[in-house]
This record gives sequence, structure tokens and C-alpha cells, in this order.
Amino acid sequence: MQSSASLGAFIAFVSGHRAELGVLLMQHVVLVAIATACAVAIGVPLGVFAAKRPRLAAPAMAIAGVVQTIPSLAMFGFLLPVPLVGGVGARAALVVLILYGLLPIIRTTIAGLRGIDPAVREAGVAMGMTAKQLLRQVELPLALPSIVAGIRVAAVVGVGSATIAAAIGAGGLGEYIYRGLSMVDTTVILAGAVPAALLALAVDGALWWLERQLSARRRVRSRRAALAVAAAIAGVVLLSGVVSARRAGRGAVVVGSKNFTEQLVLGELLAQQMERNGIAVERRLNLGGTLICDRALLTGDIDVYVEYTGTALTAVFHQPIATDSSQVFSAVRDLYARTGRTLLPPLGFNNTFAILVRGTDARALSMRTIDDAARESPRWRAGFGYEFVERPDGYTGLARAYGLKFPGPPRVMDLTLTYRALAAGQVDLIAGDATAGLIKGLDLVQLDDTRHYFPPYDAAAVARADVVLRRPEVPAALEQLSGRISAADMRAMNYAADVEHRDIAVIVRDFLATR
Amino acid sequence: MPDPAIEFREVSFARPGRPRVLDAFSLTVEAGEVLALVGRSGAGKSTLLKLINRLIEPDGGAVIVEGRDTRAWDPIQLRRRVGYVLQEVGLFPHMTIGDNVAVVPQLERWPPERVTARVDELLDLVGLPPQQFVTRWPDELSGGQRQRVGVARALAADPPVLLMDEPFGALDPLTRVELHREFRRVQERLRKTVIIVTHDMGEAFALGDRVGVLEMGRLIANDRPAVVAASRDPHVRQMLDALPAVPR
Repeated sequence: MQSSASLGAFIAFVSGHRAELGVLLMQHVVLVAIATACAVAIGVPLGVFAAKRPRLAAPAMAIAGVVQTIPSLAMFGFLLPVPLVGGVGARAALVVLILYGLLPIIRTTIAGLRGIDPAVREAGVAMGMTAKQLLRQVELPLALPSIVAGIRVAAVVGVGSATIAAAIGAGGLGEYIYRGLSMVDTTVILAGAVPAALLALAVDGALWWLERQLSARRRVRSRRAALAVAAAIAGVVLLSGVVSARRAGRGAVVVGSKNFTEQLVLGELLAQQMERNGIAVERRLNLGGTLICDRALLTGDIDVYVEYTGTALTAVFHQPIATDSSQVFSAVRDLYARTGRTLLPPLGFNNTFAILVRGTDARALSMRTIDDAARESPRWRAGFGYEFVERPDGYTGLARAYGLKFPGPPRVMDLTLTYRALAAGQVDLIAGDATAGLIKGLDLVQLDDTRHYFPPYDAAAVARADVVLRRPEVPAALEQLSGRISAADMRAMNYAADVEHRDIAVIVRDFLATR
Repeated sequence: MPDPAIEFREVSFARPGRPRVLDAFSLTVEAGEVLALVGRSGAGKSTLLKLINRLIEPDGGAVIVEGRDTRAWDPIQLRRRVGYVLQEVGLFPHMTIGDNVAVVPQLERWPPERVTARVDELLDLVGLPPQQFVTRWPDELSGGQRQRVGVARALAADPPVLLMDEPFGALDPLTRVELHREFRRVQERLRKTVIIVTHDMGEAFALGDRVGVLEMGRLIANDRPAVVAASRDPHVRQMLDALPAVPR
């Protein structure tokens, strides 16, 4: 296992994932192309309108400037609950990317129009050009290099921002970056980051060329040719995007997942299980946390994902913690049913929180239970994922139940990073997933929850009720998985992904083949 | 007797919040004559020109072009019948010389062969051999050459009226004299109604069939050059005295 990527590993990964990389790259390009085209279609007219009205220009620029400063991840967060434009998937990503693209385009349109020699404009008016003729024949052509410079900025920023869009299931090269982050695998991160950087450079270079072709000294004819080339390329990209969206969209069941390895495996598992039963599937995996998935399921952006009963009870439905596994399952099934969702039977394993310590510590201090850890806690640092600190069944209750007394507040970091932080000695105790493959890979030890603090976290697929009713083949296919996935199976698959760095699709295919 | 080409009737004009530039101003320009208007900066010369092609409208009185109040003209039609030459020329930097000259004919949707022929004819007329200049770009030309193109462009659709706002003001003295000569040669052939404004009395005498002296929005002289040169008006004398001592 290596955390730093060697060039060889990178090349091996890229050549092994050629087809997938191609699809993600295409998604990325289409997303940025559509967003940039829309930003041009909105931004240039706005810029033209504002350039002639100084009182409007200043506030328009100010608003666009504020929008620009909102971190993209936060912007996706704001948009999640917004109807029509929000939610998860490419549509919400487009809205965000368009908002980001507007500012540079409006600004350079205004600057380009304002930079025109007043004598040139006066000559045009005095020669009897109408306002429209002046705009089309004089002002826009002269402002065009400046506008294209703005489009260039918007497109390059868009390539970067679009990597974030993978967080809400819009696909693109960010998929690899998030997957790599959740697997703590630099090679996979680079497989997303390097093509994204190259794409940004290519876009920058192409638009720089266009900008030069359009500069004032060029013949009208060659300017037209350059514009035609650019328009043709944009058209082909957009068209292929529409075609592939069409192909993916119709009749496909959309599978979602949260953004950690086990969820990616489970999402892939649901997807392949349905595909084996002849059901068309669209994957929107890696969607962030529980609440994003829940929201996406409610709005119909996804049709099914795997949830854990304890998580649903506390985090989704804000119910008090319960400890009996079957009671929790039926309570959660009823709560889902009331909100138009169907909880399918459990898959078979309980992914409870696992309080983990280093194997060396456990052996040296002969620790078996969380009570043992409470003894050591005054000398220790704890590290937790964001969710664990916030959840009602998380840190606060755990500390109370076992009398944990750490000298400082826990270090809060991405869940997948806590395993490595523990192994590296940066923290001494973490709350991980009981099924995490890294437990075995990093020689970590799970302490027993002797006081039954953690509620059961039985994994089960939850689907939109309308899909279950309308497409009975979907629950039929998924119920074949019920009770078939043991904790050992899950840990093995997680290990294969996280530690052996095997391709998740292959891991799942092999697993299903043995059933 | 034919209508005068241009007539100002009791025209007043003020920029908002500024003192009046023109007050009850009257002036008649006959078809085919060259009126050279002289005045200091701010005397209202450019305002007069812009009233004619309706870049601005009078606050009071009326400006009549070819017998019609400018406010009764469609401004677009009016401007295409009035050529306009600026000191800064204002050539379109993204168009070749040929395309610059062809702008108004193309706005008027002339057939392409006619446009091409007209461009060649005009470049010839202003002394720029078309085979050399049609495909050149404005920033490749000298100031004098650009101004020639500006004149050609203003004349392209054969407008009966030509307005020239300090057309030779930015040129060196030798080029100016050369262009004055060219202007007289061209006007000899075309017989346009021309109003040319300048702050240079010498240029006014060189170009005008008639010289008007504008001071604070009023015409203090308006006659043949010889008559104006003999004027006793102190303001006119002042401007005459500013001329170089050595006669041309």
C-alpha cells in the first residue's frame, strides 16, 4: 500500500481506466461547455445593457462579484433545497457554473464596449447606423477580443469549479478526485486532477488563439472563419452532450450513494444487481453526506441508495436512539413510508460505529472495550469526522456514556482521513465504520461497545415509493441481495477498494459472480 | 430661387446645466457653397454641425436641411445624406480601408459590384491608389492618409451635404497645405454643400467660398473672405492679427 503516487501507478491507473476516464472527461467538457455557453448567452446581453447605463453597471458588477466570492461547495449547499434549479446532479452544477461564469463575461463585455474610441462610435452614428447596426458592425466586433478574454477566464474557472460538481453527482473529473480523497489514494486523485489541469490549459490555449484571431487587425473574413471554427467545436460538444444525456436519461433507475468507499461499493452493487436483471441504471454516486442523499431521494434526483437504519432514525427523522435492531428497522420503514419512500429488507450487515485505536496501543495496554479507552482518555487526542461530532448518536453521548475525558476538543476532519491520522499517531482514538477495509489494512483495533451505546446501523436500500410501485422489477432485483452481504463480505470489499486499490466495479462484479 | 441647402432659424441650444451655446442663431448655407466657420474652442462650432445631422436637437427654433426640419427627418435617412468628417477621423479599426469607405453604401444595400466600383472611384478621388490601399488597415496609414480616407468615407454614398469638423487640425503644416489643395480640387468637381469648421483663420480663407466668424454663439462676420479680411470688428481683427505675419 502506498499513499504517495508513483508515476508508474498513475500510468497504470489511467490506462486501466481509459474508458471511464474518457466518459468523465467528456462529462466535464460538456458541463463546462454548456455552462460557458449559457453564461455567454446571459452575460453578453447583460454587459451590453449595463455598459450604456452606468448606474446599472456598478450594482450589476457588485452582485456578480459577490456571487464569485461564494465558495463553490457552499454554493452547491445553498442550492440543494431550491426547487427547479437546485438539488443534485448536472442541472444544479450547471446553475452554479453559470453563476461563476457570468462575472468575467459581464465585466469584459462592459470593459470592451467602454474601451471603444468615442470618435469611432460617433463616426458610426453620424454615418447613419441604427443602434443595432452600430452594435453589430462596430461595437461588438471591437469589444470581441475583450469578451473572448472574459469567456476564456469563465471557461478556465469553469473547468476548475466543475471538479467540485462531482460532490453533487454531476460527474466529471472531480469524481476521481473525490473517490481518491475517500480512498486516501493519491493516484486516483491525480487521475482526476491531472486531466482537469490539462483540460484547463487546453481550453485556455484554444481561447487565447481565438482571442488573437479576433484582435482588431485581422481581416473580417479570417475573424469570421475563427468564429465559425469556435462555434462548430462548441456545437459538436454540446450536441454530443445532449445525445449522451438523452441516452442516459430515459427509463434509467438512478442510483445514488454517499461519499465514502463502502457507499460507493454499495451503490455499484445496487447498480450492477439491477443491470444483471436488465434494468437500465444511471449512477450518481459520491453525493456527499446523509442529508444530501436524503434530499436527493425526496426530490427524485436519485431513485435509490443504501442507508443505515440507525442513521435514518436519528439523522434523517430526528428520533431518539433505540437499541433493538428489528424495532429500529420497522420504525424507520414506517417513517420512510410516510414520506413516499420504501425501505427494502436489510442487506445483512450492521455497519455500526467502530471506536478504533492503533493495534500497537491495544496490545501494549491490553484494551478490549471502550471502557478501557476511557481509562486512557486523559492522555489522548480524539479525531472524528464532521458527522460524528454533530450527530445525536455521536461524540457527546458517547463521551457521557463511557466517561471519556480527553484533554482537548476532538480534531475534526474528513472521515476517511481519520484512519490515516490514527495510524500516523496524530490522534489516538477515532470513530470509524465497523466495515471499513482500512481497519485491517492499517492494523487498527475495534473496541467493544459493551454498554450498547450505538444503535444498530443495518444497511438497507431505500427507494422512492413511486419507483417501487411503477417498476416492480426494481424491488424484485434488489431484494435478491437481502441478507446476502455479511459484515465480513463488506469489510473484504472495502479492503479490496481501499487497501488493494482494486476497481470498485470489478470488486462488485466478482462479488456478484460468487453469489 | 431654390431652397437653401441648410438653414438655421432662430436656433437656441444649451447643454443641460450649462450656459447657452446658441441663442436665436440664424444662418443660411446655399447649395454648392463652402462655408468655413471660424471660432475659438467652445464657440459652438461643433454644436452647429451636430444640429445639422441631428446628433443633437435644438431647444428652440429650427434647423432646416433641404427644406425640411431636421426633427421631421428620419435621423438615419438624414445622416446618410450628410457626410461627416471628424478631426479624429474615427475610422473603424477592425475594417480595411476599402470596408471603411464602403460602410454607408453597404448600409444602403448597394449591389456589391457597385460598392466596389464606388470605393475605387473615391480612393482615386482622394489620391490614394485603390490597388494599394483597399486592403490596408487604418493603423498602417499616416495621419494625412487617414484623413483622406475619412473624406472618402463621408462622400461614399454621394451625400449632397458634407460636414467637416476640424478635419485637418491634427496634421502637420505641410500635409495640411497639401490637403487644402486636394480639397479645393475635389470640391471643384463635386460641388457639394460643405460646412467646414476650424479655429484657424488662414484655413478658413484657404477653403471657404464664405467665411463665418463665430464668437460666443453669435456670427460676428459672415461674408466673402476678402470682405471678412477687411472687417473692422475688434473680435474679427483679433483673430486676423493672430495669423502669421508672412502671407501665404
